[in-house]
Amino acid sequence: MSIALEHINYVYSPGTAYEKQALKSVSLEIPQGQFVGIIGHTGSGKSTLIQHLNGLTRATSGRILYEGKNIYEEGFDMRWLRSQVGLVFQYPEHQLFEVDVLSDVCFGPKNQGLSQEECEERAKEALDLVGFPEKYYRQSPFELSGGQKRRVAIAGVLAMRPKVLVLDEPTAGLDPKGRDEILDQVERLHKETGMTVILVSHSMEDVARYVERIIVMNRGEKMLDGTPREVFRHYKELEKVGLAAPQVTYVMHDLKERGFDLSPDATTIEEAANEIMRSLS
Amino acid sequence: MEMIHAEKLIYEYDKRDEEGNVIGTNRAIDGVDIDIPQGSFVAVLGHNGSGKSTLAKHMNAILVPTGGTMWVDGRDTKDPAELWNVRQTAGMVFQNPDNQIIGTVVEEDVGFGPENLGVPTDEIWKRVEDSLRSVGMIEYRKASPNKLSGGQKQRVAIAGVIAMEPKCIVLDEPTAMLDPNGRKEVIRAVEKLRREKKVTVILITHYMEEVIDADQVFVMDGGHIVMHGTPREIFSRVEELKSYRMDVPQVTMLAEELRKRGVDIPRGILRREELVEALCRLR
Amino acid sequence: MIRDITIGQYYPAESRIHRLDPRVKIVCTLLFLVSLFVQSSLLGYVIATVFLGAVIKLSKVPLKYIVKGLKPIVILLLFTVVMNLFLTQGGERLVHFWIFTITENGLRTSVFMAVRLMYLVAGSSIMTFTTSPNGLTDGMEKLLHPLNKVNVPVHEVAMMMSIALRFIPILLEETDKIMKAQMARGADFESGNIIQRAKAMIPILVPLFVSAFRRANDLAMAMEARCYHGGEGRTKMKPLKYKTRDRMAYVITVVYVAAVFAAGRFIDFTLWIF
Repeated sequence: MSIALEHINYVYSPGTAYEKQALKSVSLEIPQGQFVGIIGHTGSGKSTLIQHLNGLTRATSGRILYEGKNIYEEGFDMRWLRSQVGLVFQYPEHQLFEVDVLSDVCFGPKNQGLSQEECEERAKEALDLVGFPEKYYRQSPFELSGGQKRRVAIAGVLAMRPKVLVLDEPTAGLDPKGRDEILDQVERLHKETGMTVILVSHSMEDVARYVERIIVMNRGEKMLDGTPREVFRHYKELEKVGLAAPQVTYVMHDLKERGFDLSPDATTIEEAANEIMRSLS
Repeated sequence: MEMIHAEKLIYEYDKRDEEGNVIGTNRAIDGVDIDIPQGSFVAVLGHNGSGKSTLAKHMNAILVPTGGTMWVDGRDTKDPAELWNVRQTAGMVFQNPDNQIIGTVVEEDVGFGPENLGVPTDEIWKRVEDSLRSVGMIEYRKASPNKLSGGQKQRVAIAGVIAMEPKCIVLDEPTAMLDPNGRKEVIRAVEKLRREKKVTVILITHYMEEVIDADQVFVMDGGHIVMHGTPREIFSRVEELKSYRMDVPQVTMLAEELRKRGVDIPRGILRREELVEALCRLR
Repeated sequence: MIRDITIGQYYPAESRIHRLDPRVKIVCTLLFLVSLFVQSSLLGYVIATVFLGAVIKLSKVPLKYIVKGLKPIVILLLFTVVMNLFLTQGGERLVHFWIFTITENGLRTSVFMAVRLMYLVAGSSIMTFTTSPNGLTDGMEKLLHPLNKVNVPVHEVAMMMSIALRFIPILLEETDKIMKAQMARGADFESGNIIQRAKAMIPILVPLFVSAFRRANDLAMAMEARCYHGGEGRTKMKPLKYKTRDRMAYVITVVYVAAVFAAGRFIDFTLWIF
């Protein structure tokens, strides 16, 4: 029960002037139930990487195994894979099209060939999972607020009952509270359903707060892979490639330099506060 | 002299049902008084739907108040005779980098504003070059905007406004759609402009880190201004800010957490160095 | 990537042809096209070939780009050649089998028609290769300016054209994104009959329209904020002004057209065949 990538290479528009290697021999394994963060700046290959996970983009070379089966093998059901690995794109509300919220969320299950009742049941379940209020089910998705639209769009993917949920920048453009609400909801979802969650984000603070493992992408290569503490310990290397550690990590390193007796590995406010209190007492 | 001055500003719009019949009115701005002195850097914070963007659009006469008055450099924005003067005085940069670049070549886009103002050709070229230089985009002058990154596109948009020689720039969430590096680029470009050209800057945002250097901060909620002060004053009221769906920089939050646990450090810490200094003094 | 497609296939280079005023290129291209259709002498074609060849050489656009541009018309070309070859009668019979007859006139007409078509495409593609889309709209605007007097909104139409040119690549990319997003929800665009496929387009078209309207709205606001108020009182960053080289180009083209005419009129063409 996992996704495994073996030496994935991907080349854009091969043979033209715009040829570009977007992924270079990326290998990684994500076991079922993990909460993973992928970070990297724009153009690092992270968006291309996640489009490989559900077969939307086909690797130039390499293998992808989903639950042990090679997805590039003849006869492998790609549409089934897409319902198993749910991919939520950046600004997902831009894909809404139906007359009301419920029908829009039904789109995924309907494509899976389920009956109308089953579709609606799943849609309601998914909307419930993202905390969308029932009284708006019959409203046009275009009349909702930004945060609510985004919930509906995420529900549209959850309604397929995926085992893996991939979110590309799910908080882009939201205000601070909206950002926390969406991420809290995703965390709850992860805890309650045991779903694998893969979160692509620009915000080191967000990633540090929620995920158990971070994969850092740079120039199409996997640069670092480990727990937030392990990854942010390399904050100097991260800076060299245009990334950074969470602000609190810097505070901790500064304090250590100034002679405080503490471990500078903290990545969240909670951890940092605990460590500072310990060293002060 | 006040660059922007508003008294009891109100903006109402009609709520319509599906057939387009008016079923009531919404108040996006509800009795706002605001004073922004010339040459200052002012930040407006607020969650999505708080009315901050509507307020910004009043400063450029894209919207005119339904009640109260807005003066830009002493000109009433309701006066149709002053419309183009107001827009030239207060340039505006919007959120979506793709949807505000008109030209198919960078330099032609920057020239768009001056062309509209009827500036003579030689002068346009001078202004285009000067403004592209000031945002650090001169080497891209012949490039197609489609090939630029988000941060670069926003800098081109800023150059396009600068080329109109405004006294004031209103930036309506210019970094909301950018990645951290793009955000830094844009904020750095704005800072440089403030230093070199002495323009008044009004930055609408919900990234707390961007407002630390502001002279004053306004926080909006439900069409009202609910908080007003220096960044330090605003960020020392953490709980209140959170109640308006806002946040504080992570360093401020850490300081607040330590205060809660009984550590004696001052309120409203904004920068990493301040926190480190404060903690060092304790030992 | 979709954004890299250059609409109007502009080939950036520094050449004498690139530097010409877009108006010159538009007018001269039209003259060239006319010259192809008003005559049919061999000498005329020789002159046209020399003229076109010289322009291509001067433009620094690689010949293979121009040949590539002919690809889409290959079928049309073959059709024209075949039709003319078998259906045009008169002159000496050259080949005859079953119901097909190829005559001298047929052969000549079909060759000339083929050459005409190829030169037509090559000639106009030289214009698009050497003029940026913006240059073209500017040139059109200026050329059509007199129509303003009869209330044709020339400036507005030109502005619309250049905005469209800017947004086509963006909307193409957006289409690609929406398509992928719907595929991630299990949408299938490849199978089914025509009606099913057309129906499958709805989840792409609705978001695309919504987005296009949002962009249009934003753009209109951004333009107003930068004091755009139509063509009146507007100056130009890159005003079109005829220079010596532009006048030269006009003169050369007119001389060329005259030469082609003369070749057809005064020299008995039969002399030049075979």
